[in-house]
Amino acid sequence: MSLSATPELLRVEELTVVYETGRGTVRAVNDVSLQVDRGEVLALVGESGCGKSTVALAIMRLVPPPGKIAGGKVGLEGQDLLRLPEAALVGIRGKRIAMIFQNPLVSLNPVYRAGSQVKEAIALDQAARLDAWRKAVDIMGQVRIPDAAERALSYPHELSGGMRQRVMTGMMISRSPDLLIADEPTTALDVTIQAQVLELLLDLRRRNRMSLLIITHNLGVVAEIADRVAVMYAGNIVEQAGVFDLYERPLHPYSRLLLRALPRLAKGEGRLETIPGNVPNLVDTIAGCAFHPRCPQRLPVCAVTVPKARPAGPARQVACHLLEATSP
Amino acid sequence: MLDYTVRRLGVGVLTVIAVTVVLFGIMQLMPGDAIRLIADPDRIPPERIEELRRQWGLDRPAHVQYFYWLGNLLQGELGHSIVTGQEVGVLIASRLPFTLLLAVTSMALHYAIAVPLGLVAAVRSGSKLDHGIIVTTTIFWSIPGFWLGILLMLLLSVHLRWFPISGYQGLSSMVVPVMTLTLPPLGGTVRLTRAEVLDTIRASFVLTAHAKGLGRLSVHLRHVLRNALIPVTVMFFLGLPWVVGGAVIIENIFAWPGMGRLLWMSITNQDLPVVQGIMIMIAVLTVVCNVIGDVVSGLLDPRIRIALEEAGGR
Amino acid sequence: MKDASPLRLALRNGQFVAGAVIFLSVLLVAAFADQLAPRAYDAMDLPHRLSPPGPGYPLGTDEFGRCLTSRVIHGARIALRVGLIVVTVESVIGVTLGLVAGYYGGWADRVISFATDVTWSLPPIVLALAIVTVLGPSLNNVMIAIAAVSWGGYARLIRAKTQGLKNTPFVEAAQAVGESNFSVMFRYILPNTLGVIMVLGTLSLPGAILSTTALSFLGLGSQPPSPDWGVILNRGLRHLHEAPWVSIFPGLGLVWTALGFNLLGEGLRDLLDPQLKA
Repeated sequence: MSLSATPELLRVEELTVVYETGRGTVRAVNDVSLQVDRGEVLALVGESGCGKSTVALAIMRLVPPPGKIAGGKVGLEGQDLLRLPEAALVGIRGKRIAMIFQNPLVSLNPVYRAGSQVKEAIALDQAARLDAWRKAVDIMGQVRIPDAAERALSYPHELSGGMRQRVMTGMMISRSPDLLIADEPTTALDVTIQAQVLELLLDLRRRNRMSLLIITHNLGVVAEIADRVAVMYAGNIVEQAGVFDLYERPLHPYSRLLLRALPRLAKGEGRLETIPGNVPNLVDTIAGCAFHPRCPQRLPVCAVTVPKARPAGPARQVACHLLEATSP
Repeated sequence: MLDYTVRRLGVGVLTVIAVTVVLFGIMQLMPGDAIRLIADPDRIPPERIEELRRQWGLDRPAHVQYFYWLGNLLQGELGHSIVTGQEVGVLIASRLPFTLLLAVTSMALHYAIAVPLGLVAAVRSGSKLDHGIIVTTTIFWSIPGFWLGILLMLLLSVHLRWFPISGYQGLSSMVVPVMTLTLPPLGGTVRLTRAEVLDTIRASFVLTAHAKGLGRLSVHLRHVLRNALIPVTVMFFLGLPWVVGGAVIIENIFAWPGMGRLLWMSITNQDLPVVQGIMIMIAVLTVVCNVIGDVVSGLLDPRIRIALEEAGGR
Repeated sequence: MKDASPLRLALRNGQFVAGAVIFLSVLLVAAFADQLAPRAYDAMDLPHRLSPPGPGYPLGTDEFGRCLTSRVIHGARIALRVGLIVVTVESVIGVTLGLVAGYYGGWADRVISFATDVTWSLPPIVLALAIVTVLGPSLNNVMIAIAAVSWGGYARLIRAKTQGLKNTPFVEAAQAVGESNFSVMFRYILPNTLGVIMVLGTLSLPGAILSTTALSFLGLGSQPPSPDWGVILNRGLRHLHEAPWVSIFPGLGLVWTALGFNLLGEGLRDLLDPQLKA
């Protein structure tokens, strides 16, 4: 539940990330603006390759080369992270904003024991080494790793996918960040473990009064966990709305198609591939709205002008010419 | 880990035994036998040759001869040189230090130069410096050691007369041979270091290390270098025998009084006991280095350790 | 979007282009050696023995007054042929064994790894020396020896790559849908290692050429009057003081050839692994 009175924690404004490749410049993230309030859970959804992971990396200022943040602001309680010197980011990462990465097997260092990787984070705030280990084991218990003291001595490849995910989660919440970004936290896991991980994240959020930014392509996950949703398509956010508003009455044609694909998902008939057409290659510069080649309701103007994000009700924004045409 | 080390040593001993089989087999392929090499059939009557053959056990089946030979080998009995009559063990022992001196010095110098260059190239990946390092070491890599030896000799010893041309006349004699052994293979190690560091920098766990708030230096030391230098360290041990192999050639250019010079002269003189002795010596050295390399890789990388322990545990 | 063809990407890669140009130059010299060489490589001219480079003999003459230009040109043919044969043989052996060892593990892995260890227990050049002692000095014996003992590098690399790929989702998926082991090895794993095989193969070529030349240099491979660069260098060392050119030009040929393959291999690596170029 979002509490409307809580202050805003993170405000991303007109964030643009480009990749310089041999074949030209790819705008992986294009003028993206979003915000996360304290204690709020925002879900960023979209198909693979739409740029949602890049948004997360950009917030952390960890976009790997050849990617580059080309413009915009990442405001954390008014402080623009993009303007901070590299050295100052050390105080932000892990401490204020932490991030759980997609594939916990490759995201944990194979040569260190699980516990010492958690300890490494704790030791940043705390000098006593022995104590840090005990606290690491404690945190691993908190993220519901059974026999934490023993598992702390295991190497990542000796643990199951769910356990690795929990080690990663433990490591990232150990410094009590204000915002936890979770990039596809459930994708690599089977369904029962998925539910446990989501429950764990919500529980941690409640106890630590943490905000969550969940990045996923799975609308089932969104429904279970999110307060608000931002729908992303080809580097652009096309709609932002409260989770009930969006599920009840999606305004952007892309959101509608995404949600229509959802029941089939529940029946196990595949994911979002049921939307006709393909995700555009981001190197191609599409004139007008990026979605218009796949849009069932496109207007002539869609192929010419890029629609601007406009308010469409309380705490709701949509970037679509259809709405401009119907509203004054 | 101790268990694993013991097992690796066992495999090493097996390897050396396999090498002795191969060597013995190769020598069996020689037309004629040892008697032919020392006894001139024109002057010694055939009955006498047959007698010698019986006396030396050369009329016995091959596998009996092999075990007899292996038995002697295990007692440190490598036989005598056909040419000089000296004991092979003594002969090798007098030459081995010279070869090791050359090989170990070049190896140490090689890594002291190559690893920092590889690191710089990786950290400045794509820069002019990176390109410069890669191009220079590629050129060195393309220079055959023996030809570089000739060139350096021509320049430093013949023209400039800075160093002795050949033989061993004190430490100054080492300079040109050591340079010859050190420079050509630099490219390989520079490249390996650079590639491993670049690979590791791109690894997801490095992003994780940044994301939890570690400083740049900690990330680079504890997560990038720690992982990237595993293969480089292992390569150090695996590479040592190759440097000895290189020395075998190089020694002949500089008339360096080491094992390579002895080997070449023995091959030319068909002095089989000496050739066999040197081969076994090099095989033992290689196996020991390989075992050390494996154990070190296990010590440094738990994935390898556990995989090996599981593979060999039953 | 303007699709950059592989060829166009390749042409944009400086190392690849330089390597390819050098390789082509060696290839052309080798192919047209008979046309390019000013004289027969074994024609002696004793009055002009050990003459320095000059108008009659562009690169000078050797101890028998043979034209060094012609000998170096003909040497390119030997070097290329030797390199290609040795690398083809050693890579086919090594890759196959590496795939089998990495994929099946267990006994297959133990036997193959043991065989690899044995071949690696003597540096190839040293084992080649042993074989030459027995078979007698000849270029073919040297090539046999070097190919037979230098596949270990391929086997180890491909074994490690296979072990890494074996547990990746796409291989597990292939196994799950019932692909045969052979198909998984050669259709799923092998294609993912082709890049490194090509790079390793190209980068091993100079080594193969340099090893055989080194043995010829020691008098154990090609025999005089062969224009093998190693043979020329062997004879040249005896006259290093009075005729250094005999020791220089064949070496330049070797370096040029080796450099070509090294650049080509490097360029290939960049092309096949574009992320490395960042």
